[in-house]
Amino acid sequence: MTGQIVRPYGDTTGDGRVQVSFTLPVPFGTATERARAEGAALQLAAKMGLDPAMVVHAKGMGPDYTFFIVYGRVAHLVDLSQVTVTEREFPLLSAAEVNLRIRSALGRKLVVVGACIGTDAHTVGIDAILNVKGHAGEKGLEYYREMRVVNLGSQIAVPELVARATAERADAVLVSQVVTQRDAHLSNARQMAAAFCAAAGPTGHRPLLVVGGPRFDPAAAASLGVDKVFGKGTTPGEVASYLAAAVGRAGAPVEPTTDLAS
Amino acid sequence: MQTRLSLDPALVTEARDLAARAGQPIVDMARTHTTTSIERAVLRLAGLQGADADGLPWANRLVEAITSATGLQHGVALPAWDALITGGYDGLGQLAEAAAEGKAAFRIPVGAAAAAARAAAREALAAGIGRIDANRVQRQQMIDETAEPSRPWIYLIVATGDIYEDIPQAQAAAREGADVIAVIRSTGQSLLDYVPEGATREGYAGTYATQENFRLMRAALDQTSREVGRYIRLTNYASGLCMPEIAALAGLERLDMMLNDCMYGIIFRDINPRRTFIDQRFARQIHARAGIIINTGEDNYLTTADAVDAAHTVVVSQLLNEFFGKEAGLTDGQLGLGHAFEINPALPDSFLLELAHAQLIRELFPDAPLKYMPPTKHMTGNVFAGYLLDAFFNLCGVMTDQSILLIGMMTEGIHTPFLADRDLALENVRYVRNAAGRLGDSFVPAPGGFIQQRAARVLGDSVRLLRRICDQGLLTAIAAGTFGITKRPADAGRGLDGVIVRASGYFNPASDFLETDSPVAAEAVR
Repeated sequence: MTGQIVRPYGDTTGDGRVQVSFTLPVPFGTATERARAEGAALQLAAKMGLDPAMVVHAKGMGPDYTFFIVYGRVAHLVDLSQVTVTEREFPLLSAAEVNLRIRSALGRKLVVVGACIGTDAHTVGIDAILNVKGHAGEKGLEYYREMRVVNLGSQIAVPELVARATAERADAVLVSQVVTQRDAHLSNARQMAAAFCAAAGPTGHRPLLVVGGPRFDPAAAASLGVDKVFGKGTTPGEVASYLAAAVGRAGAPVEPTTDLAS
Repeated sequence: MQTRLSLDPALVTEARDLAARAGQPIVDMARTHTTTSIERAVLRLAGLQGADADGLPWANRLVEAITSATGLQHGVALPAWDALITGGYDGLGQLAEAAAEGKAAFRIPVGAAAAAARAAAREALAAGIGRIDANRVQRQQMIDETAEPSRPWIYLIVATGDIYEDIPQAQAAAREGADVIAVIRSTGQSLLDYVPEGATREGYAGTYATQENFRLMRAALDQTSREVGRYIRLTNYASGLCMPEIAALAGLERLDMMLNDCMYGIIFRDINPRRTFIDQRFARQIHARAGIIINTGEDNYLTTADAVDAAHTVVVSQLLNEFFGKEAGLTDGQLGLGHAFEINPALPDSFLLELAHAQLIRELFPDAPLKYMPPTKHMTGNVFAGYLLDAFFNLCGVMTDQSILLIGMMTEGIHTPFLADRDLALENVRYVRNAAGRLGDSFVPAPGGFIQQRAARVLGDSVRLLRRICDQGLLTAIAAGTFGITKRPADAGRGLDGVIVRASGYFNPASDFLETDSPVAAEAVR
């Protein structure tokens, strides 16, 4: 039986062996420089907790840099009882089930407005989720009969997104962000959430806010002020299932169904 | 080049004829229209630089002022040079400043005034075109002084956002073996309707294309070319709403290759199809004059569409790019047609399919410097598997005599390449080139075998698609989602408001030089 405490596995249980590679801004020319560079790599490895560590490869790159591959044993323990994971809080549904769920919850089509906001022009992600073509063998949201999809494309300013979402009476707003320089994806998502909150007025009523992109942390929804975050590898089916579950909950986002009392 | 596929020559001829038929109405449209960006490019070629306090270039301000005063249907040159003469301004910069303050008067001159304006405009443009011609000569001198790199050229990207960081990275990459340096533009520059000014240090996932950034990088690479004894080429992107202006700046600052695809902006950036095709013809005329190799973007289709199902759309787009390019004056040697190694590696025989596609394109365009793009779509984050896939890409590239290899990064899709990623990528291609560089000599696909059959099928599919495009018209085909599975109607997308029908007296002194390919008259340069 596996315990709650584990170590990395090389070829023997508990050997703690790992591999890392990195570059240091040190020269690797003369014999002295080489010895010094390897010593520098070993010092870093030791500070990272690799003990013993072995530099198995070092190569100078130009006059000023050296690349290292290091194997070593880490003393650190992993306590599995302390690992927290975000489990998917909604069931994966087929397209037919998604359609049925939307129809019974809303009695009309679910309106989805999608965009890449800010300066981000990478529409590959939002297109993969929204276009009929879809992604990874799954059809995109345009394929779902009970959804009306408005894909605004790239580089949409937040005020424009809010205006279009309002005009389209959007139930859900999907925003894709690929560019992460200076954490643009995070600040853009927060800015978008704030704008929808501001536009909601006293009723506090706003569409479901969903952001996605390869560098997002799926656990960060609350800190970004959105309802849901999708990370790398998300398929259209997952997004559709989430939307169906979200509108299926009591108090659907735009028009509550009339038979809540039952 | 030896032929390995035994393609049906009648089918190849038919494919080219169909591409010409599909493209001709687009050329006719381009001949009868102009755009705000073409007119701004005329001003830039005449030497107008700089921007107002808000960073909006004087080229934009002057074109805006003339648009509201006289309209652009006669071109910007007639009213601009007429105002220069009659208003007594000391150059276009001063005129633009006055125009921005609402102090300049514009009219469409007639008679002697029109003749005077035309003569003055021609003289100003002769200087700009003359500089492009001189740069072309200087490029050849630099190549003679250093050396022409052997093919395939190794193409590497830098993209820090800061031109002063890009320069040492580009120089380091050249020292490590790169033959071509591409400075990726800041995300979203393609949708700016102006070209930013000056040296820039802030960008998103790339560095702004500006005239000063072009100048700084070219100067640095000239220095490195001399140091390494190879001419290092510089690449940027003539695409988006400012395609003609960027092309002009590239010619003025001796860039060597420019991304310039006939449909990329339409499909992937939702730029209006008419705007794109009209801008593109002018941009390509400048590239032709400047001796710049264009790179087309067919690889991009395969990032949205499946690389097997959509293989023929790549060929169709290449044939269209070839037709449009040659019509604009580009030679075969300037047509860096693009394609990519994007077949799902889980598919049986995926490498054979890649070989068939790459060889097909090589044989269809024997004299074009084909640009081959590495896998991106199926790079999963498993950097070790990605390194292997990149090696197979390199192998396919050397076996099928590709001319320009964009070097694949094992960390594709994870982050902008680390220094070590780039170094490992170069080690990969060096190994493959050294170990198997001459494998092409012995690569003879079995007659009637899998590779020949696949190539014939893709060519057949291409011809069928071209027939359909000819029947419905290219703009309708694009609207129907033929390329990259994205539907782009001719009356939608960005930049349509900058498209103007030419009036009968339309005058464009740059086009006059470019269309006739006439040398700049010595007396005009003065």
